[in-house]
Amino acid sequence: MAGWLEFEKPLLELESRIDELRSFADGQNIDVAKELSRLEVKAEDLRRQIYGKLTRWQVTQIARHPRRPYTFDYLRMLGIDFVELHGDRRFGDDGALIGGLGFFGGRKVVIIGHQKGRDTKENILRNFGSAHPEGYRKALRLMRMAAKFGRPIISFVDTPGAWPGIGAEERGQAEAIARNLHEMSRLPVPIVVVIIGEGGSGGALGIGVGDRVLMLEYSVYSVITPEGCASILFRDAARAAEAAEAMKITARDLQEFAVIDEIIPEPGGGAHRDPERTARHLGEAIERHLTELEELSPAELVRGRLERFMSMGEYKEG
Amino acid sequence: MDQVSWLKRRKPGIKDAKRREMPDGLWRKCEGCGEIIYHKELERNLWTCNKCGYHFRISADQYRDILTDQGSFVELLTALESKDPLGFVDSKSYAERISDAKKKTGRRSAVMTGSARVDGHLAMFAILDFRFLGGSMGSVMGEKIARLTRMAIEERIPLVTLSSSGGARMQEGILSLMQMAKTSAMLAKLHEERLPHIAIQVHPTTGGVTASFASLGDVIVAEPGALIGFAGPRVIQQTIKQDLPDGFQRSEFLLKHGMIDMIVHRKELKSALAKLLDFFSDDNRDSAEDALGQARRQGL
Ligand SMILES: [Zn+2]
Repeated sequence: MAGWLEFEKPLLELESRIDELRSFADGQNIDVAKELSRLEVKAEDLRRQIYGKLTRWQVTQIARHPRRPYTFDYLRMLGIDFVELHGDRRFGDDGALIGGLGFFGGRKVVIIGHQKGRDTKENILRNFGSAHPEGYRKALRLMRMAAKFGRPIISFVDTPGAWPGIGAEERGQAEAIARNLHEMSRLPVPIVVVIIGEGGSGGALGIGVGDRVLMLEYSVYSVITPEGCASILFRDAARAAEAAEAMKITARDLQEFAVIDEIIPEPGGGAHRDPERTARHLGEAIERHLTELEELSPAELVRGRLERFMSMGEYKEG
Repeated sequence: MDQVSWLKRRKPGIKDAKRREMPDGLWRKCEGCGEIIYHKELERNLWTCNKCGYHFRISADQYRDILTDQGSFVELLTALESKDPLGFVDSKSYAERISDAKKKTGRRSAVMTGSARVDGHLAMFAILDFRFLGGSMGSVMGEKIARLTRMAIEERIPLVTLSSSGGARMQEGILSLMQMAKTSAMLAKLHEERLPHIAIQVHPTTGGVTASFASLGDVIVAEPGALIGFAGPRVIQQTIKQDLPDGFQRSEFLLKHGMIDMIVHRKELKSALAKLLDFFSDDNRDSAEDALGQARRQGL
């Protein structure tokens, strides 16, 4: 049961018993068939019980699930013919933030996205999806290319946050993110952003300024990780569950704050339970939004994007 | 640190006799070199240590007085105040933290915005106040800076920001993160309009403020010894489990790594700013009407 979350386990156990029974039954035995349907009803109940009332912390765990599909998985499942391009032309190439050219349906798009790793070797290359300044600068280079050639941009966000390290600070992590916010707000091409897992703070926003921002149902997006918030405000990183509740970080929360435009449904239990179906929903949503945005002139796009972010925030006046 | 907390924190070992010679408010100890400095002298030196150059942390009002021509500052956008959109509670409620900060600082928010002159040059000013919840950026700061930037565009005058902040305001959740995009997007418009933004960074400037408007100056000026960075040193140390190099994330480190244009002592800050504003000023515009009059008529 490695790679599964604690609260998923009772359901997984039941499901594997059902599978066992099914492979054992020959379809003739009426008792086995009865038992099977009984267990399936039970599994459905359990599924509703577990996933019907997930806490925000449990959603966070699904968003970080080791089996959750990552950017490259979606590119493959969406049938995107992808040509990866490398390097920021300044310092290096960042494996945590990938980018390139995509043939997506009938469209030619520029794609950028965080990429996490599945094992130790991959995680060394991908740095757990935590990008350095060169990642943000590579993304900016590719986005400028998109603007130059009039191609829309699709951005996949999945990061615990921008990397907090010595080299990252030396090379201006803050400036790299700020520059992207600045430039992305004025790019004259459609930008669709999808939060597919973790939307970790400035590291997420650094490729997250778009005309449309979509979120997968069990992804999270927050100003700081629940652990970070807990250690600062609750003086104890172990109180992350409370911090997650307090910060309101799920797709539904963000839709209420009008920070995102649409929640893309995931199968019960999360994208990893049925990646293909998730990818189908995701692909449909992206295409639909791109089609709408392609109706707008560059000036309308840029004006709308500025208004979009100007409208965010809650305050009293007078 | 204010006088009262300094007295509370003073190291034992200062002889009682000596302590009696230091009545409340007259003396302060330099946090850089330990020198005991007479308050009047400190004030004369704009709250910097004559001996070691240490820059004491000061309020937004003090920066206003240091940087702008006397009597020229007109505060704008004073009506904006924080809401509590999340109903956030940790050890204290956010609402309570806000009201405490207001009492402590006499301000309604962590940023003071207005128009002022610097050796005669008109500019829009956003001055952060670290005493107000660590100068953190929530919806009010984001909105005030974005609107001030828009006013700078409308009036065609330069923008000056002075930052000192712990970053985004966690108690406003995702809305505070979005203020980074909001301020940066409006600055991008300012940039397109070919108007200057001078960004001044003082101790400490970190997190979401550094990763947005504070790093987007045409010219970036820092005070000496200021901590400036994306992640805080403690977070970095906990993540990489290594010692951090000497002087890491200080102004001098940033200058060496090409992240800021210059380090300017607080006593020279106003003249440096005036020179920059002079360079970027449009000579035809100098006769333009004072921004304030126009802003008032537009009801901003
Ligand atoms: Zn000193």
